Amino acid sequence: MLLIRCPYCEEERPELEFRNAGEAHIARPTDIASISDEDFEKFFFIRSNPKGLVFERWRHVHGCARFFNAARDTVSDKFLLTYKAGEPKPDASTLHAEGGPAAWANRPPDQLNEKPKAKRSTKGEA
Amino acid sequence: MAGSYRISGQGRLTPAKTARFTFDGKSMTGLAGDTVASALLANGVHLVGRSFKYHRPRGILSAGAEEPNALVTVSRDAARKTPNVRATVQELYDGLDVASQNRWPSLSFDVGAVNDLASPFFSAGFYYKTFMWPKAAWKNFYEPNIRSAAGLGVAPDQPDPDHYSSRYAHCEVLVLGGGASGLAAALAAAETGARVIICDEQAEFGGALRFEKGAVIDGQDGWAWAQGVAAKLAAMDNVTLLSRTTAFGYYAQNFVGLTERVTDHLASPDREAPRERLWQVRAKRVVIATGAIERHMVFANNDRPGVMLASAARTYLNHYGVTVGRNVGVYTANDSAYAAAIDLKKAGIGIAAIVDLRDNPSGPLVDEARALGIEVNHGRAVTSVNGSQRIKSMTVQAKAGGAERTIAVDALLMSAGWTPSVHMFSQSRGKVAFDADTRRFLPGTYAQDCVSVGACNGSDSLEGTISQALEAGANAARDAGAKPGKGASIKVEGAEGWSGGMLGSGPGAGAETTVKAFIDFQNDVTAKDIRQAVREGMRSIEHVKRFTTNGMATDQGKTSNMHGLAIAAEALNKEIPEVGLTTFRAPYTPVTFGAIVNHSRHALFDPTRKTPTHAWAEGHGAVFEDVGQWKRSWYFPRSGEDMHAAVNRECATVRKTAGLFDASTLGKIEVVGPDAAKFMELLYTNPWEKLEVGRCRYGIMLREDGFIYDDGVVGRLAQDRFHVTTTTGGAARVMNHMEDYLQTEFPELNVWLTSVSEQWAVIAVQGPNSRKIIEPLVEGIDMSDEAMPHMSVREGKICGVPTRLFRMSFTGERGFEVNVPADYGRAVWEALWAEGQKHEACAYGTEAMHVLRAEKGYIIVGQDTDGTVTPNDAGLDWAVGKKKTDFVGIRGLTRPDLLAKGRRQLVGLKTRDPRDVLEEGAQIVENPKQAIPMKMIGHVTSSYWSENCGRSIAMALVAGGRDRIGETLYVPMPDKVIEVEVTGTVFFDEKGERLNG
Ligand SMILES: [Zn+2]
Repeated sequence: MLLIRCPYCEEERPELEFRNAGEAHIARPTDIASISDEDFEKFFFIRSNPKGLVFERWRHVHGCARFFNAARDTVSDKFLLTYKAGEPKPDASTLHAEGGPAAWANRPPDQLNEKPKAKRSTKGEA
Repeated sequence: MAGSYRISGQGRLTPAKTARFTFDGKSMTGLAGDTVASALLANGVHLVGRSFKYHRPRGILSAGAEEPNALVTVSRDAARKTPNVRATVQELYDGLDVASQNRWPSLSFDVGAVNDLASPFFSAGFYYKTFMWPKAAWKNFYEPNIRSAAGLGVAPDQPDPDHYSSRYAHCEVLVLGGGASGLAAALAAAETGARVIICDEQAEFGGALRFEKGAVIDGQDGWAWAQGVAAKLAAMDNVTLLSRTTAFGYYAQNFVGLTERVTDHLASPDREAPRERLWQVRAKRVVIATGAIERHMVFANNDRPGVMLASAARTYLNHYGVTVGRNVGVYTANDSAYAAAIDLKKAGIGIAAIVDLRDNPSGPLVDEARALGIEVNHGRAVTSVNGSQRIKSMTVQAKAGGAERTIAVDALLMSAGWTPSVHMFSQSRGKVAFDADTRRFLPGTYAQDCVSVGACNGSDSLEGTISQALEAGANAARDAGAKPGKGASIKVEGAEGWSGGMLGSGPGAGAETTVKAFIDFQNDVTAKDIRQAVREGMRSIEHVKRFTTNGMATDQGKTSNMHGLAIAAEALNKEIPEVGLTTFRAPYTPVTFGAIVNHSRHALFDPTRKTPTHAWAEGHGAVFEDVGQWKRSWYFPRSGEDMHAAVNRECATVRKTAGLFDASTLGKIEVVGPDAAKFMELLYTNPWEKLEVGRCRYGIMLREDGFIYDDGVVGRLAQDRFHVTTTTGGAARVMNHMEDYLQTEFPELNVWLTSVSEQWAVIAVQGPNSRKIIEPLVEGIDMSDEAMPHMSVREGKICGVPTRLFRMSFTGERGFEVNVPADYGRAVWEALWAEGQKHEACAYGTEAMHVLRAEKGYIIVGQDTDGTVTPNDAGLDWAVGKKKTDFVGIRGLTRPDLLAKGRRQLVGLKTRDPRDVLEEGAQIVENPKQAIPMKMIGHVTSSYWSENCGRSIAMALVAGGRDRIGETLYVPMPDKVIEVEVTGTVFFDEKGERLNG
């Protein structure tokens, strides 16, 4: 059972308290009623499903109930970072460069989930 | 003595403490502290079972958890019967009942042994080849016959009466294994004050010190030292010492599963005590000290009873005081078997000869054996043994071949060397590395915060092991945040150490031979099978494993994997690392279903949710149905009534006078805040901004794709407060859906969502007399039609407690839903019931509720919709705000497919014969005479007998359904074709006058 750090509770909690909520950083168009069929298809149906780094949404459903985002490596099952909804998508290159122990390595909380170095903007991100 | 093979003055058991047991009904005596295996050996019994595939007689190979052969069924009573118990692990207690397995009619005469003669038929891969054709024969012939012929023990046919407990634990340092290295590591870690958990699968701590007579630590005999350290650790507050506890699985982030066997060793366990305890431990650091497992030699008939591991014979002698024979032979490629011969010889047992495959064995053990007068043959091999149910002699030959010599023996001890137990390390996803010098896999790259020490890490000396373990224990505690302690020191004065050994088949079992030289005893895999797999094209060890089933039995190849790998590598002409090592998986040893299922049985399997009126309904004879986790009153039969009669009466009574229905299971969400109406506009298709305070509206919720997700009546309690109801099954997912949008898509909205499903009990009072029943109990609410029209909500009091009183109807009758705080639900129900009695009202259940709503064509989301139904399909276009510019699903609704003609639409169906009640789910066709497969144009979603209509009624989703009203369609059933007329969905009171009736 993985430990996942909730960025709102600011602590690692067991996987059982969380639920995956699909791919992150797919914002609902503000003019959704008028977008084309192609754009709706991209927004609603098309998901990246990569091998390796994914950005995905999680909900601390049996905890604070907040939705947040995570960067996870699907090969190592490693959570590279968790961050609050609305915070910008981290730069993938910095996440990959990080190295360090694997996901199942038991790092102390202060070494997990280092805050993104990039300047924070909440605009246009969900 | 308890058993004629018990040697006076040997072992650590107390001769006076006897324990009686039965083996296949025969009464025998052992000693307290024995295992089933040691007690059987003490009684001269080697033959304990028949093998899986060939039914060959099998004995006891080992003295520990790796045992592949000696599997028995242990019973306390008919229900407490455990098959496939390793006799080397099960502790003896007085009255223990042991039975051998996989034999018929008896262990010594077994009909299935014919498989041994027919063995060419059962060669490697037979599962995949022999039974390919004909396909049907699998089910009727092959499978049942294989299952009865090849198998292990039989599972008990009664429910498990024992209970199992579960604990979560956290610690700084978890030590897996309680031998010399584990104990030293635990001591060093514990001494810092860190929380330490140490577990060992055996009843007592000590590991290999159980048989290593030469070990002297801190001036004590090794075993005594181990008991002293265990006692010291047990006395420390920061240490949890778990014996009889197996670490079976190593999961992510140092999460380790342990099973503790609490009562399986007790003659009369306290029934309050759990049989086993599952520990789920999260450790900051793990020290793996799991030791090593001795390998057998691979030669013809090496599976005969009496042939066993040298360390096992030593354990039986030095710990249990039992000799495994009177005239014992030894076959080895490694020094450690010499120690067994020496210990036995010194105990007065005859050693027929040591046969050493090595050309020039040397060293103190070899010298000592010679000095004791033991015949040592070097450069020679045991090529076979004679004796079927017990070994009688061994055949010895020079490695290069030549003359054979037969030496009489009644037991043969073997050692091909030691395999480090890297199971836990590998399960932690660490990568093993092949050490070419010692030809063994050792921990290589670590993936988790753990460290391996001792024999599992390739340490061959006790001094090395202990110093490594002390350092590892102290470091683990330090790395986990503990302050350094004063430091533990342990002095090793006497020690045994050895290395070397061989992998693969010995002389006489080589590539050109067809003998049965077993690699995997439990799955009956021979050296020949491995070679055959390679011949037939298997290249990777993972393929060889699956083709031959090598290492796939319950022992997971603890003794067989390395031999199988070496033979495959040789046949492929490759180096061992190129062929690869199969993955180690949990569980390390078998885990009972009881431990895993644990408390999650019966009522605790899944929570049962009961409404506040549950006990009242029980008292009034309700029959309940499960709706998700809820128990809901289904119908309330009166004396002599069947379900049909009860439901007919309930439906008629509601329309005639009134009925009471518990609707408490409905989901309820309070949507509150300055932007509450704006949020509702976005989450539901309907317009909400203009809904007046005190009024209600039926709302439809879509997913973004435009399909109906949920529905329910919503009341506006204040400008900034909505009381939203959801379907019973949708309560949690609707809350999640709302939170998702509020938190991530519309976070600028100032709204709070609160689930209040369990806070409010809901009592529906429906029928022409409903107002008369409620009114006398209500304070502060004018219930007249003028003051409180249909679809309105008022707050006030009923029976003196607060209520949210809705005027709404799911029956088509004048109706109300009384919401009261759940704690008052029963009291208010009883008060309403008493009033209802004055009007001959009834209590009705979910079945009548379904019929009444179907008579009115009201849909149930999830029954009349299936996740592909739009509001238009369901005839609910009126509930979609046409002027709205945004709501979840607005874009999905305009997708081409959702606007296309010919979509399945909800319609009513009337059977030509009014007495025919259609089956829900039945398919609908235009022409029943067409060829099969017919073109199905729809299906029945709801269907009932309607007493109020005097006929059957049904709803269905039919392609282009609304344009077909008046048409005749057909429902083909197995026995007949039912003719139906397509109608509208309202069957009763089409004008809706009764809402105010
Ligand atoms: Zn949280």
